[in-house]
Amino acid sequence: METLDQVFVLMKRAMLHAAETFLPDEAIVFLSILISVTAICIFGPLTMMYLTLLERKFVGRIQNRYGPNRVGKWGLLQPIADGIKMLTKEDVVPTPADKFAHLLAPIVIVIPALLVFAVIPFGRGMTAVNLSIGLLFFLALSSTTTIWIFVAAWASRNKFSLLGGMRSVAQMISYEIPMVLSVVPVLLAVGSFSTEAIVEAQAHGKWFILTPWGIVGFLLFFLTGVAEVNRTPFDLPEGESEIVAGFHTEYSGMKFALFYMAEFMNSFTISAIVATVYLGGWHGPFLPSWLWLLAKSYLLILVMMWFRGTLPRFRVDQLMGFAWKFLLPLALLNILAAGLWVEFPFPKNYLFSGLAVAGSVFILYAANAPEMPRKRTYRYADE
Amino acid sequence: MFGLGVLKGMMVTLRNFLGSYFSKERLTTVQFPEERIPEKERFRNFPFLVYDKTPEDPRCVSCDICAKECPPKCITIVRDSDSAGKPLKRPKSFDIDFSICMNCGICEEVCPFDAIFMDHEFELAQYGRFEDLNYHKEKLLKSNDYFKKIRPTDAARIDQKRAAKAPKA
Repeated sequence: METLDQVFVLMKRAMLHAAETFLPDEAIVFLSILISVTAICIFGPLTMMYLTLLERKFVGRIQNRYGPNRVGKWGLLQPIADGIKMLTKEDVVPTPADKFAHLLAPIVIVIPALLVFAVIPFGRGMTAVNLSIGLLFFLALSSTTTIWIFVAAWASRNKFSLLGGMRSVAQMISYEIPMVLSVVPVLLAVGSFSTEAIVEAQAHGKWFILTPWGIVGFLLFFLTGVAEVNRTPFDLPEGESEIVAGFHTEYSGMKFALFYMAEFMNSFTISAIVATVYLGGWHGPFLPSWLWLLAKSYLLILVMMWFRGTLPRFRVDQLMGFAWKFLLPLALLNILAAGLWVEFPFPKNYLFSGLAVAGSVFILYAANAPEMPRKRTYRYADE
Repeated sequence: MFGLGVLKGMMVTLRNFLGSYFSKERLTTVQFPEERIPEKERFRNFPFLVYDKTPEDPRCVSCDICAKECPPKCITIVRDSDSAGKPLKRPKSFDIDFSICMNCGICEEVCPFDAIFMDHEFELAQYGRFEDLNYHKEKLLKSNDYFKKIRPTDAARIDQKRAAKAPKA
């Protein structure tokens, strides 16, 4: 059990031990980094490939179809076939496009998506880099993706692309604020930005989602995370029905695939971080720790796909209204609830913070209630 | 209360997702090359020629009526002749271009000799664009038994009609 839990850590240690016999100490440091980086660089794209398959199967089942099942058993080779197709496709670049930026955007967009893997604690002792500002690192890097979406949109010289890019930026600005505020309660409770410390604080079943502010915080963080990675119902930057395909209208072949890779890797990392911050990270009984984190993040990804199979796209004003009028005040009030929870001793803290959360949700619901026109009654002249 | 409709919608999709694993009514897909829906008897596709005993002796007498009636003009018939140059009552060549045929079935209706009928064959994909779909006599000729198999009702009716005619001739 213990070995299974630490299998990846032990593998890395064994590799380093084997290398120690013939390499100098300085090289061992580099080798250690290289092993972690290689593991992430393989794991990221591999996850992305099979997430595409999972999504197509899942959405297919929602629509009472089989989904891809022709290439290999259960369509397991479908991502590889797709990859070959993408690589052999013609790469079309519009004549008036900014060629350099057009090429740069899809390549660079993958980098932040891969970098954030570094701070995710995949299991006990399985964080690639235990940064003291891990969560901040994640929040900061994941939002830089938007810059490259905008660069892609701008470089394409296409009005639809540009509209998509501008929507993406507007969306990022609106949702980044409640997203950052929704993790503040956790920082209050833990007192550290480090992802490992956050997981450590949730040991022995004390997951943050089991507290009153945790439920709200979890929902806020997850929803804003879905918005952050531009997935349905927040996929306005690529609204097919309105602006062709948004920022990736002018992209084809592998460049287009790279955007998808970034999107799916971001969905995975956001799910993993949400699981880390609110669902107890790799904590869980019986199974190895890394399996627990994977199970939790895949559960959240399935919920994202479930959203995609269910919900239509927001209107722009609904999107903005939801962020500014509901999520932002709720995130602020949630910090208050978490403060109450931290400040008071055990039985009282749940009561007070629960009341604060319930009250704020109730008030925000009442304040956001849509105005329904009253039913008109007509009086006739002879009445 | 907003948010409730979202949950309702998500329950609908969840029911569909889980239902597709258990109920055959939900997952109606037929996995075509492996599974097939049985063909309906009155399904019709492209025409074929019927012979009674041997392919050398088809029912067709090369009267050219079907070729004349064919709206897109996809049938080409050349009449056979003996060594003396006297025309014979059988086709030398009988071509139907399936890339032109529009499956109307008029050839079947106008044929006074019950020689041409609509087939059930539909997997006709070819790599070549022109000649591969131009079916010649050899590929078009199929036995009366085959006709009986795919369209038993029509075949029985035609056989009865032909049997009633035969003694008089």
